[in-house]
Amino acid sequence: MYDIAVIGAGITGCSIARELSRYNIKILLIEKNSDVADGTTKANSAIVHAGYDAKPGTLKARFNVPGALMYEKLCSELDVPYKKTGSLVLAFSPEEMKTIQKLYDQGIANGVPDMEIIGKDKVHEIDGNLSDEVVGALYARNAGIVSPWELAIALAENAVENGVELFLDSEVTRIEKMNGLYRLHMGDRFAEARFVINCAGLYSDKVNEMVAAPSFKILPRRGQYNVFDKSLGNFVNTVIFQCPSDSGKGVLISPTIHGNIFIGPDAEDIEDREAVQTTLEGISYIWEASARSAKGLKPNAVITAFAGIRARSSTDDFVIGESKEAKGFINVAGIESPGLTAAPAIAVHVADIVKGLMGGLEVNPGFNPVRRRVVRFMELSEEDKRILIKQDPRYGRIICRCESITEGEIVDAIHRKAGARSLDGVKKRVRPGSGRCQGSFCGPRVMEILARELGIDIKDVVKNNRKSYILAGETKDNSLYEDIHDIAAASRKV
Amino acid sequence: MNEYDIAVIGGGPAGLAAAIEAKKHGAGTVLLIDREMELGGILQQCVHNGFGLHIFREELTGTEYAERFIKELKELRIEYKLDTMVLSITEEKVISMVNKTEGLVNIKAKAVILAMGCRERTRGAINIPGTRPSGIFTAGTAQRFVNKEGYMVGRNIVILGSGDIGMIMARRLTLEGARVKVVAEALPYPGGLVRNVVQCLEDYGIPLLLNHTIVDIKGKNRIEGVTIAELDENRKPIGGTEQFYECDTLLLSVGLIPENELSKGADVKLDPITGGPVVNESMETTVRGVFACGNVVHVHDLVDYVTEESRTAGRNAARFVNGEAGGYGPVIRTKPGNGIRYIVPHFIRRDKVERSVDLFMRVDRIFTDKKLVVKSGDIVIRAINKAYMRPGEMERINITAESLKAAENLSLTIDVE
Repeated sequence: MYDIAVIGAGITGCSIARELSRYNIKILLIEKNSDVADGTTKANSAIVHAGYDAKPGTLKARFNVPGALMYEKLCSELDVPYKKTGSLVLAFSPEEMKTIQKLYDQGIANGVPDMEIIGKDKVHEIDGNLSDEVVGALYARNAGIVSPWELAIALAENAVENGVELFLDSEVTRIEKMNGLYRLHMGDRFAEARFVINCAGLYSDKVNEMVAAPSFKILPRRGQYNVFDKSLGNFVNTVIFQCPSDSGKGVLISPTIHGNIFIGPDAEDIEDREAVQTTLEGISYIWEASARSAKGLKPNAVITAFAGIRARSSTDDFVIGESKEAKGFINVAGIESPGLTAAPAIAVHVADIVKGLMGGLEVNPGFNPVRRRVVRFMELSEEDKRILIKQDPRYGRIICRCESITEGEIVDAIHRKAGARSLDGVKKRVRPGSGRCQGSFCGPRVMEILARELGIDIKDVVKNNRKSYILAGETKDNSLYEDIHDIAAASRKV
Repeated sequence: MNEYDIAVIGGGPAGLAAAIEAKKHGAGTVLLIDREMELGGILQQCVHNGFGLHIFREELTGTEYAERFIKELKELRIEYKLDTMVLSITEEKVISMVNKTEGLVNIKAKAVILAMGCRERTRGAINIPGTRPSGIFTAGTAQRFVNKEGYMVGRNIVILGSGDIGMIMARRLTLEGARVKVVAEALPYPGGLVRNVVQCLEDYGIPLLLNHTIVDIKGKNRIEGVTIAELDENRKPIGGTEQFYECDTLLLSVGLIPENELSKGADVKLDPITGGPVVNESMETTVRGVFACGNVVHVHDLVDYVTEESRTAGRNAARFVNGEAGGYGPVIRTKPGNGIRYIVPHFIRRDKVERSVDLFMRVDRIFTDKKLVVKSGDIVIRAINKAYMRPGEMERINITAESLKAAENLSLTIDVE
């Protein structure tokens, strides 16, 4: 029996599980996929928003600014790369300058620090590649960039280090309300908990409806992106927005925390919550739209495309709180942008809700907020590199040549708590396969390391989920020839 | 810091030939560095034949071809390091590398030969729409799995792009019992050699669809199929021509890119068309004492030409370290004219050409019954009749030292006429 079950190990669920691990309670974190951070968390704009976008009075506004202010400390405790780059919302006409003023006023109302409305010259001083058509911009110094999946992974690891149990490959298909507790069915096994926190992202309405009547709907909205080679790394140095429209914050050009540039996303309402494919139309649209902010990006510098789906709520705001019909069942749903930014603040708020429901919480005396440092070989000094290789020669073997990732880093990513178990799992944690060759060189080597470290056959190494096998068998395998036995029999008769 | 006469980066066919030739021409200490566990580079996964017709006058497999050079390298007692990654090369020719046994090592060389080869263009680079399931491989990665490691990558295969490795893998996988359903090529002509179209596709009844590309990939976990559509003359998909092919594997053979990240660090100037270093007749780059050869310079069709080019680089690197390189003298610039995409070498120092120099080039479209004409100003230096030329096959023209004397305005233009 658990005190609390958290459904969904994306940025929201991982933040809440880790926040609750400060207290002396038994927590279960449940994820339907084979890895944490495998849904919307791994496919979004990766921006820590300053907080001027959200309408004052909304939950988005309430949690955005405090969330952004928590990032510096959080990322330092968890050793997750985060950079305060600042952001620009560009205006291309006097009309749009009015929108800029509105955003500024909204920011002031929301308590956003360090904002300024700037003119064309200052815009070009900040980012020289931006369009000449720009007339001015809103500059928010507090905006930043982060790796959302690395943050979620770090939160999950730290949560597990502090006592949280993690179930992967466990899809909650049915929830039974019992006497003072919930029984969560996951295929043929189940777990029981006194409180349930629904962080099921794109499926949070479905999970809510397992215990209550529909009170909100998730309206999936897809966004597509292109990522560019690091050789274009300083094309822009701040997050570049255009003036927002009804369908979102518009198409961005932004640096990534790992030194690439991306463009995107578009905003397309779709039915299928799994439809993470990119389309010709979507990709052409983000090229057209981003070209308005800056020209000069070339298609031949693209290294990959991806799409993510925002878990937008029909209520047009975050849905946070205990269900009216189901006591002890807390929804944390509709966490679309600025959800990544808000997540740390939401987690503290949810912990307060839990404290209220449980009549206070006892502190976990063993709680350690600090995650064991991650070795990033290429960032070490020459001297430290030498010392490290002497201690562990696996750091002297570079597996990923594009990103210069060593065998030592990969092995560490596999053996940490909530560690990597698949090719994408390794890629999300230490990035081999994220560079320009997209894993065509290092993929087979990473598979060998995974097989060796996990003690499995290399044929059982998967890309991400259980069915995403990579190798189909061995060569010279007779069973490949459907009619081999007939042929053999026929030849014996002759 | 250890010092060497010559450091060779990359132990594939280019690096092997360059190191051997340098040693034979009097280089004292030569060090060859490779990141793999064995020498030979990509040749070690090429179990098919067709190698060595020019160099050895016999037909060898890739592995056999590599073995001849590896044997010679060892006989010459040339030092080499395996499983070693070069992290950087400076303009001063300080090479920083790392491996498990020695850790981080810096060495200084009098001359450097860049022989890092090329990498394959990926799905991301060509922005194919669709989902991102498993089962999508570049042809070379699939070749490594099948030929070196003994694993099948799938059973029902679609191939995008008709590069040589893709076509060779179509045959290889068919021989291993897989079904290759179709090869789609976006261009109006095959990307690789005609001999591979015949021997790897036609002989096995594998359809090649020219002017076709993939417009959608389906599958959540493992790939389940692709939609292929015909392209119009602007290479845009024609509505209504879409056809769905069920498959569990997609191979990509959509081009090779010279691997020059290290060259950039050494401040070597690159040609935007080839993606490789700008070189002269001695295969020397724009940085004195830094040479380059093989696919790092421009992507070749035949390894034999890589060997020849790399011998030139090795020989001249040895001369350079022995102080025999001498001054520049008159420099002739080669200029791609009508129908020519690029020419290697980019510069010819007239006094350095002994008997003759080979010019390598690719045409930019298909030509039938045309001439390749080499001119300096109005003077025709050489003209060769060509029944058939296409971008997939590299053209080679030999120019004698004697005829270069006619290049009076110090430029050579090659046109298709």
